[in-house]
Amino acid sequence: MSAVMMTSQPVSLDLQARQVRKFKLQDTIFHQVTLLFAMIVLAALAGILIALALEALPAFREFGAAFLWTNVWNVPEEQFGALSAIYGTVVSSVIALFIAVPVSFGIALFLTETCPVWLRRPLGTAIELLAGVPSIIYGIWGLFVFAPLFARHVQPYLQTLFGDLPVIGGWFAGPPIGVGILTAGIVLSLMVIPFVASVMRDVFETVPAQLKESAYGIGCTTWEVVTGVVLPYTRVGVIGGIMLGLGRALGETMAVTFVIGNANRIVGSLFAPGTSIASTLANEFGEANPGLHISALFALGLVLFVITFVVLAISRWLVRRGIARQGI
Amino acid sequence: MKSHRTLCKLSTLAAALSLSFSALAADITGAGATFPYAVYTKWAEAYQTATKNRVNYQGIGSSGGVKQIKARTVDFGGTDAPLSEPDLDAAGLVQVPTVMGGVTIVIHVPGIESGKLKLDGPLAAEIFRGAIRKWNDPAIASQNPGLKLPDLAITVAFRSDGSGTTYVFSNYLARQSASFKSEVGAGNTVNWPANGVGGKGNPGVAANVQKIAGAIGYVDIADATKNKMNFVALKNKSGHYIVPTQDAIEAAAAGANFKVKGMAPDLLDQAHKDAWPITSATYILAYEKGADAAKQKGVVDFFGWALNNGQKMAEDLGFVPLPASVVKMVETEMKNIK
Repeated sequence: MSAVMMTSQPVSLDLQARQVRKFKLQDTIFHQVTLLFAMIVLAALAGILIALALEALPAFREFGAAFLWTNVWNVPEEQFGALSAIYGTVVSSVIALFIAVPVSFGIALFLTETCPVWLRRPLGTAIELLAGVPSIIYGIWGLFVFAPLFARHVQPYLQTLFGDLPVIGGWFAGPPIGVGILTAGIVLSLMVIPFVASVMRDVFETVPAQLKESAYGIGCTTWEVVTGVVLPYTRVGVIGGIMLGLGRALGETMAVTFVIGNANRIVGSLFAPGTSIASTLANEFGEANPGLHISALFALGLVLFVITFVVLAISRWLVRRGIARQGI
Repeated sequence: MKSHRTLCKLSTLAAALSLSFSALAADITGAGATFPYAVYTKWAEAYQTATKNRVNYQGIGSSGGVKQIKARTVDFGGTDAPLSEPDLDAAGLVQVPTVMGGVTIVIHVPGIESGKLKLDGPLAAEIFRGAIRKWNDPAIASQNPGLKLPDLAITVAFRSDGSGTTYVFSNYLARQSASFKSEVGAGNTVNWPANGVGGKGNPGVAANVQKIAGAIGYVDIADATKNKMNFVALKNKSGHYIVPTQDAIEAAAAGANFKVKGMAPDLLDQAHKDAWPITSATYILAYEKGADAAKQKGVVDFFGWALNNGQKMAEDLGFVPLPASVVKMVETEMKNIK
């Protein structure tokens, strides 16, 4: 019996050692496989960047860095500059955020602070559904429904309201034709609102009830609670939500192509047709002439890539700074 | 185990059989111009019902079509902008026309009915290059005595995506005016004036013209008819004001000489008194010597069948069939596709 015990001891140790080795091997394999998957993302990112840069090279060689600030896009004469597309992309996105941020803020506050409980869920779901509507639907709606109404009822009104003011009057000059940079910004804001609003709602919900209740307890109004407790507590998340919306607005293609008017030029008026980087690509890639035209389009793509990257980097930096300052 | 293996063999055999069947049927694939997409797919559908052979056409754009056939990834390519003789010879391609169509100028001016506004080519070029900005401009009024023209800004509606329609239209206008040629240019994508607004595809342009008061644009005749848009009467080379109809396009084809390599005569501004000035044709490209004889024959058979049996289908879709004499020439030319 004891002999059996004696011999069985080393056997079981050996078994354990083998098992440990087996687990170690499994762990290593698992680690390597997940690492591989993660590397695929990096490789894809690097691949896209390299491909864009290679294809864009002839355009940059021809026009130099001036490609970025030249305001000309003449396909028959092969003269290309990105300024009008960058201008349209940035201005339409800024308009979108200008509208979307306050509205989303209101939505999120209502949902978390003042909304009756029975309404929270259906309203929240409705906003999330809005985020799921394909962008082409927004484009079609924008072109066929919104633009004509906007041209007939809103644009003339805006012109009588602001038309005579210095500087601002110029933003609303020109014939009210419905499609243009302002229309693109408004349609974009509708597309961005659900994203920004749902992020804001989620972060507002993370505010501990004790904090809010203490504030209410010492007699704060809802507004004071929001500005004094909720916002300082969630600043980081709110910035993240806005940047997410900005990222979406910058890269949106189909809806913008429908309503921005697709004119490769910069006109001071927001009523005038313009173009964005994404819409220029969508419009011209299919039938682009080989050579400089194609290369200029790739260069535009590279510019959009860089802009999006910079926006992301800035938002990361803001978030990190926010965290550091709050000491969370 | 054994039965499993037999099963494997059987399924391989079945796969091989089905492969050889599809090879026998010579399914053919084409890609290119979006303009004839509707008629090619309609023909393909009828052709499959009649002969069991499948034809698959993808509307990827004319320059895409030329690229794909040169890369030999398709059995035929479609293009609205015909290749020149040297291009065809260099690539060893045969080019034949399939159907005709035209581009028309459409307007949205309150108080002016379809066909009532008269323009000649040079005046149209002035409007489309942005030199004339108001509908009551004396230059427009002098060609339209008696027509009440409003004091309304002109908005030029153009195709924002590169397109064969723009190619045909800008080439027509470039011939009417040297200033148009130098400022706007001629091609698939051109440099439209500041009072312009771009729409994606023919439907995008049609929508802009219909929504914007004071708009003038250009679309395929088929789309203009389908959307019940307001035409202008355009002055042709012989001095007659013409509205776009199938007859007017046939008249333009009647005067053209198709007996050239590539069968792409100049159809713009034909001298016939009833000719619509902005007439065009769409073309297919195939290899003189293809790798797969069955597929080459498939291309010839399909278009041979379509040109003889598909005229009515083409007309219903707003295209204009080739004249009978040209069909004979196409059939002869297609004998070079081997």
